[in-house]
Amino acid sequence: MTAKAATSASDSVSARAVAALSGVKSEPGITKPDEILVAENINRHFGGLVAVDVDRLSVQRGSITALIGPNGAGKTTFFNVLAGFDTPDAGTWRYENHELRNKAAYKIAQLGMVRTFQLTKVLAKMTVLENMRLGAQRQLGERILAAPFPFAWSGQEEQVTERALTLLRRFNLYEKKDDFAGTMSGGQRKLLEMARALMTDPTMIMLDEPMAGVNPALTQSLLGHIKELREEGLTVLFIEHDMDAVRDISDWVVVMAQGRIIAEGPPASVMRDKAVIDAYLGAHHDEELTKSGESLTQNKKAKST
Amino acid sequence: MDWGQIFVISITAMVGSTTIIYALAALGLNIQFGYTGLLNFGQAGFAAIGAYSVAVVTATLGQSLWLSIFIGLIGAVIFGLILGIPTLRLRADYLAIVTIAAAEVIRQTVRSVSLNEYFGGSDGITGKYAREFYSFNPFDQAISWGPIQFNSAQASWITVVGWVLIGLIVLLTWLLVRSPWGRVVKSIREDENASRSLGKNVYFYKMQALILGGVVGSLAGIYWAIDAQSVQPDNYSSRFTFFAYTILILGGAARVFGPVVGSIIFWFILVFIGESLTQLVATGIIPDTILRSDQIGQVRFMLVGLALMLLIVYRPQGIFGDKRELALDDR
Repeated sequence: MTAKAATSASDSVSARAVAALSGVKSEPGITKPDEILVAENINRHFGGLVAVDVDRLSVQRGSITALIGPNGAGKTTFFNVLAGFDTPDAGTWRYENHELRNKAAYKIAQLGMVRTFQLTKVLAKMTVLENMRLGAQRQLGERILAAPFPFAWSGQEEQVTERALTLLRRFNLYEKKDDFAGTMSGGQRKLLEMARALMTDPTMIMLDEPMAGVNPALTQSLLGHIKELREEGLTVLFIEHDMDAVRDISDWVVVMAQGRIIAEGPPASVMRDKAVIDAYLGAHHDEELTKSGESLTQNKKAKST
Repeated sequence: MDWGQIFVISITAMVGSTTIIYALAALGLNIQFGYTGLLNFGQAGFAAIGAYSVAVVTATLGQSLWLSIFIGLIGAVIFGLILGIPTLRLRADYLAIVTIAAAEVIRQTVRSVSLNEYFGGSDGITGKYAREFYSFNPFDQAISWGPIQFNSAQASWITVVGWVLIGLIVLLTWLLVRSPWGRVVKSIREDENASRSLGKNVYFYKMQALILGGVVGSLAGIYWAIDAQSVQPDNYSSRFTFFAYTILILGGAARVFGPVVGSIIFWFILVFIGESLTQLVATGIIPDTILRSDQIGQVRFMLVGLALMLLIVYRPQGIFGDKRELALDDR
């Protein structure tokens, strides 16, 4: 019953985010009505190679925004820059009211903008539950002077564990809680990493290819989890190659190619954009395009029936 | 051949000063390397700071022993900061290079001729400067306990104090590593970007671990200086650090009791092999043509090396280690 009430309440949250985007024009760098993250003139090059050269990116609060693009488009580098794991050669970016340039990665995470990795970084030698507990913020027991006195932090540890177990149940990892994380499959690691990121109690979560290497059944449940995040009011920015997944869950799609944002807009329109098709398939394509285009639409039909 | 004597000497060595000194050094390394993954190859430097603080402040400057111990501990904190500030943001190997070099810098400084009047050059400093400590000695004669026999009342007292100190540090390590603090440093050991992405100030935690382990390492030097009432610069060469690492890996890194058990076994084997060879050569069972008595010192290290190689091959996780954790590395 409560779950139903929550769903109907949250329907309006996600619906509002989507509705707000409906009036936004589909052009690169366009300002969103309620921006949570704005990046401007981000430039990152490695020697002579320009990896990222983004004029402007704006992310709508409470939406699911997909970042797509062919291999080598600079998506992950851009992600690393935004999350503080890489330093750009130029540019500024703002999250809520915080200027993020020159902010350390851990501080950005503490502000509520947390990321996952393309190659999962679960801590293999720690149990699943310990992985989860690590995510919790502001733990008294993490201070060296308080750590030797369990009575000082055991109460908080119980709350953290409680929260961790709730999340593990939600992500179907409860039975694995006492196993070493290193014994889990690739898909389970993706789930654990997402659940662990949620332990930080973020307002925005950045997922780097959450569906890569995950079997189709688990993909469906991952997609469901990501939609749930939006319904809880979180903002999601994710990199993905699986176009069906992108079409299925995202409210807004940003397309990168050769370090630049070449197009953005709602999923249905952006995938028909000429610049996007050119970027993926090359500007001089003939029959090949119609074939793959057909198979894409067929897939979609098969899914919807 | 007097096997009884060999065993008494070997078993006494198991609890003796050398075992305590190296157990302390390895306990410090366990916090740094075992739990946090910091490659500190300069534990000898931390120990030298502790030892020379005691000797210089008491013997050269004539100040109180307690003040000198305090200075030794503060010195280790400062040394940790100096080493950590430039290197802990970099990859792990930079810390290894900087620490091994810094420890040598300290040794070469204290043994230099130009600073002879402060540090005593290559002879070090010898004197009865630890009287304040021994004035608390409750034993009026040497104690013996089963096969364990101490030479003097002084040796009995410092050994008891040493084991109490080890007990306290083991307790502190145990409390720390099962706390959320321990969880963070273990996550850093495995993948510091994962900890960073979860909002942990990795640099700060590494610094804490480096300093804490270094302070424990300086206790090894302080203990040695008080026990021997003399300091020699060449005791704090890289060999000191490598013995401590050997002991840590022998006992099992990232195990609370690993360094203590490792040190006990290491020194037992070393003394046992040394004593056995000495007697075998002395009684002529091993003829002079194969081994002379002045070669025993080197040969026992060869045999210990062999024993350690066998250990790494057949039990890579050390005596206390968990094999499952090693297996997870292969994935």
